[in-house]
Amino acid sequence: MTQQLKLGRVPAGGSLLRRISADRPARPVYVALVLLVVLGWLVFALDGGTFLGQENIVGIQQRSAALGIVAVGQTLVILAGSLDLSVAYLISLTSLVTAEIMAGADSGVPAAVAAALAVSALIGLVNGLIVTRLRVHAFIATLGVALVVRGALDARYDGPAGSVPESFQHLGYDRIGPLPVSALLWAAVAAGAWLLLSRTRLGYRIYAVGGDAEVARLSGVRTERVVVIAHVLCSVCAGIAGLLLASRLGAGAPTVGTDGGYDLESIAAVVLGGTALAGGRGGVAGTVGGVLLLAVLDSIFNQLEVNSFAKDVVRGVILVAALAIYARGRRTR
Amino acid sequence: MRRALPIFVVLAGLLVAIAVVNPYFLEPTAFLAFVKRAAPLVILAAGQYFVIVSGEFDLSVGSLVTAEVVIAARLIDGSAEATWPVLALMIAFGLIVGLVNGAVTTLLRVPSFITTLGMLLILSGAVFLWTGGSPRGALSEQFRQLGRGSLGPVPWSVLILVAVAAAAVWATRARFGHTLVAAGDNDRAAALSGVRVARVRTVAFMISGLSAAVAAILLGGFAGVSAQVGKGLEFQAITAVVLGGVVLGGGRGSVAAAMAGAFTLEALFTLLNLYGISGALEPAVQGVIIIAAVALGAVRFPRARAAAAS
Amino acid sequence: MLSYSRRFLAAAALAVLTLPVAACTSDKPAPSASGAPSGAPAGSAGPADKGTGEQSKFFVQADYDAQMAMRKAQPTGPSDKPWEQSIDPQLIDTAKYKKAGPYHLCFSNAAVDNPWRQVGWKTMQAEVAQHKEITKFTALDAEGKDDKQISDIAELTGKGCDALIVSPNTTATLTPAVSGACPKVPVIVFDRGVQTDCPVTFIKPIGGYAFGAAAAEFLVDKVPAGGKILALRILPGVDVLETRWSAAKVAFDKSDLQVVGVEFTDGDAAKTKSVVSDYIQRYGKLDGVWMDAGATAVAAVEAFEDAGQPVPPINGEDQQDFLKKWSDAKLTAIAPTYPTYQWRTPVIAALKILKGEQVPKVWNLPQPAITQENLATYLKPGMPPLHYALCGCEDLPGYPEKWGGTS
Repeated sequence: MTQQLKLGRVPAGGSLLRRISADRPARPVYVALVLLVVLGWLVFALDGGTFLGQENIVGIQQRSAALGIVAVGQTLVILAGSLDLSVAYLISLTSLVTAEIMAGADSGVPAAVAAALAVSALIGLVNGLIVTRLRVHAFIATLGVALVVRGALDARYDGPAGSVPESFQHLGYDRIGPLPVSALLWAAVAAGAWLLLSRTRLGYRIYAVGGDAEVARLSGVRTERVVVIAHVLCSVCAGIAGLLLASRLGAGAPTVGTDGGYDLESIAAVVLGGTALAGGRGGVAGTVGGVLLLAVLDSIFNQLEVNSFAKDVVRGVILVAALAIYARGRRTR
Repeated sequence: MRRALPIFVVLAGLLVAIAVVNPYFLEPTAFLAFVKRAAPLVILAAGQYFVIVSGEFDLSVGSLVTAEVVIAARLIDGSAEATWPVLALMIAFGLIVGLVNGAVTTLLRVPSFITTLGMLLILSGAVFLWTGGSPRGALSEQFRQLGRGSLGPVPWSVLILVAVAAAAVWATRARFGHTLVAAGDNDRAAALSGVRVARVRTVAFMISGLSAAVAAILLGGFAGVSAQVGKGLEFQAITAVVLGGVVLGGGRGSVAAAMAGAFTLEALFTLLNLYGISGALEPAVQGVIIIAAVALGAVRFPRARAAAAS
Repeated sequence: MLSYSRRFLAAAALAVLTLPVAACTSDKPAPSASGAPSGAPAGSAGPADKGTGEQSKFFVQADYDAQMAMRKAQPTGPSDKPWEQSIDPQLIDTAKYKKAGPYHLCFSNAAVDNPWRQVGWKTMQAEVAQHKEITKFTALDAEGKDDKQISDIAELTGKGCDALIVSPNTTATLTPAVSGACPKVPVIVFDRGVQTDCPVTFIKPIGGYAFGAAAAEFLVDKVPAGGKILALRILPGVDVLETRWSAAKVAFDKSDLQVVGVEFTDGDAAKTKSVVSDYIQRYGKLDGVWMDAGATAVAAVEAFEDAGQPVPPINGEDQQDFLKKWSDAKLTAIAPTYPTYQWRTPVIAALKILKGEQVPKVWNLPQPAITQENLATYLKPGMPPLHYALCGCEDLPGYPEKWGGTS
């Protein structure tokens, strides 16, 4: 994100080997996740609960699906050296678009899904074009777009609106054994992003642009187009999260995105997963680990009934400590 | 200074626009009231400038302002004698938070976006853990005077603002200011030419923490104890700095322009309010203007491209 | 350089030009000759216009009438324990939920993110602590997130609770989750409601209309005819706040007062103070201030003090800082309340249900207003500035320390 952070990083290479090693930061987050699961199991056992019971496993997945989907999208823009602060308002907007077009009728579902995805793709395009064409720093560009979307929300809605039909609520509430449909959706999005990053030219270019835009440009990558596509994909992910939340809530809500804190929390999950905020290094696997880490932590907090202020302190400390550990690992390597 | 010219033109335009709607605005008392209202944000923007020009972010200032006010209320608890020691403590606390932000960013090499995001969470959680969920105690009348009272016709907060502005401009003109800009422009080159990059950046964070402490003193004085006094101030301060033409990523921009950016933002709010653009349209207009200002500013700097587009 | 400046100027000009255009959507004629439009929402400016704008779309005449009737009704139950009283109760039978103790109660809380919820939450915990038959109390905090509260409710229904108390974060969006929990466990909803009648009981004070009307009627009574009123609201679109304003609008429209502005403050003290100062400057003086919540009432009072003007009749809420200001500055004031003692009632209701005793289907709690006559009873020195006087917590163990006070 900031220029000096990009110094001293290896220029992007093309070999498969490098691409895999780029995902190496994912390892510590899974080690931490395993440790946290063990801790959770202990806490629950001492507290008289069952950590690995179906209720809790399902709960962890339900709680992390929406954030997980947003964070996958956020991973793509961050890898490309950008970031997106507009996702929270966009989620609110798409939840409303979805619920209003459906208006409680099954027949509205395809149109509503298409409209939600189209709206989010459009916002992503705007984000991407402002960042690349107008050369506005992503922080300001997406913050500005977020304000514009907020204005639209404030002007049009004064509370939950629309309603989704029963059939669409299956997305938010059903599960196959211990696997909720929402978690499967998240897994599908994550798998898609993983394939994109590891198996396609576009994925390679995202790493290249985020690693060093100048080098990428000199080696013939159309960097602006890559950044725009990353923004569109990120916004579409936010749109999918909006669909999921509309299905969970049974309606659209103008505050569901901001109340959920999906903007900063998704960025936190991405960097917890070992993706460098400056771009070019990291991957989806780490992000999934980061989101699960936060969800397991939440589950332990719930069991212990930790108050919300203490939760914030613990989250802040974990975030900074994790990043310090990553930075250390990078230097000694 | 020439680079900063556009923001002053915009600011002048907005002030004229306000005066057209409300002629009373140009009278000394009304204008001083405007400056008084803008003072906390201008001071925060001045502090944020040092961090941004050195190539970093400080997202923790909003929750630091809230924490400072809540801490002051609990410690002072309405007592006049406790006022001055607590004021000193608030200043020290701001500096310490800045020191921690700076040390974690430079020594542990955590990106400042994350360091200060973590600090935001920690401060807002810890202060209410300490007070049991909502503010306790009360600020003393003496404390309130700084944000509420005035010396003759001039509010104390305006005087404090003038002092802060003078100190900020002086600091940027001093050797420290030059090394800071050099570090923000290219930290490796700066390090090679003998700049202690980690140290100057840490000092920049401490200045930002100090500015949050001063802003907290003024805001707490102006309106009293509140659990959400600092809410959203970090984004407003960063917006103000960027509006002043300071480039995110560091190395370019002036502190005077950053402060003018804060005045511009405040003037914009005032104008929108005068025109009765309440609630709904306000954020949208604000968003468009911020993007436009930065976009128009960025066109002139081809070198800013790398920072913006990558 | 020149071209750069010009571009910037162009942008500035554009910005300035767009403002009046955008402003055209709310060109309500200004009530005074100052030429400055008030921030009131656009409305049909008829001859009888009181400057209150259009009626909120949240306004429901039947609910309004019901609440106005309840304000005059005599509640049943012990008068020294208003949290056990109810107005006009339609009792329902709960024998099918009867079971032997000890009990495990569960609570899904929307948030504890403001002083009102903090006071309420502490009061509820203390209420639980004094019932020995409650051996386990599991509470999950949704941190203001609808989606988390949905998951929390699902998680709690799997924890073997004997009764589930829910304080919903939003009305519409929590309905599916509550509906899902009802068949598994007796559900008690309080504060905000849900759009289903499956919960055993829904506990609430009379409501927002009663709050708004009490404050507005006080101003109509105290302010001379033709007086200028400023209405301060936190933010638009929140059902419980919209009802407060819409009831005040009804009262003002019937009166001979002039509402010169309806402004949103975001609940921010500094913004409130600035808004009031602007209005004092613009109109010379104001004759009354109506507020939809008390958190920033002291800031509004201070705006008059700083302008060197007497404070006109004003309303606040039952927060200590306002009551203290009221008493110290000898204000003409009233404090309608949305009592935090309602956090005690769900626990009492849960125990009644589990013991098979009858409870009201809708448990309407009395909602008193603090007036000059009873101000002294509610002013509690030693309590924190944002403590709510109607917590009903004085007889609970741990008072006052647990609520942040000193005895």
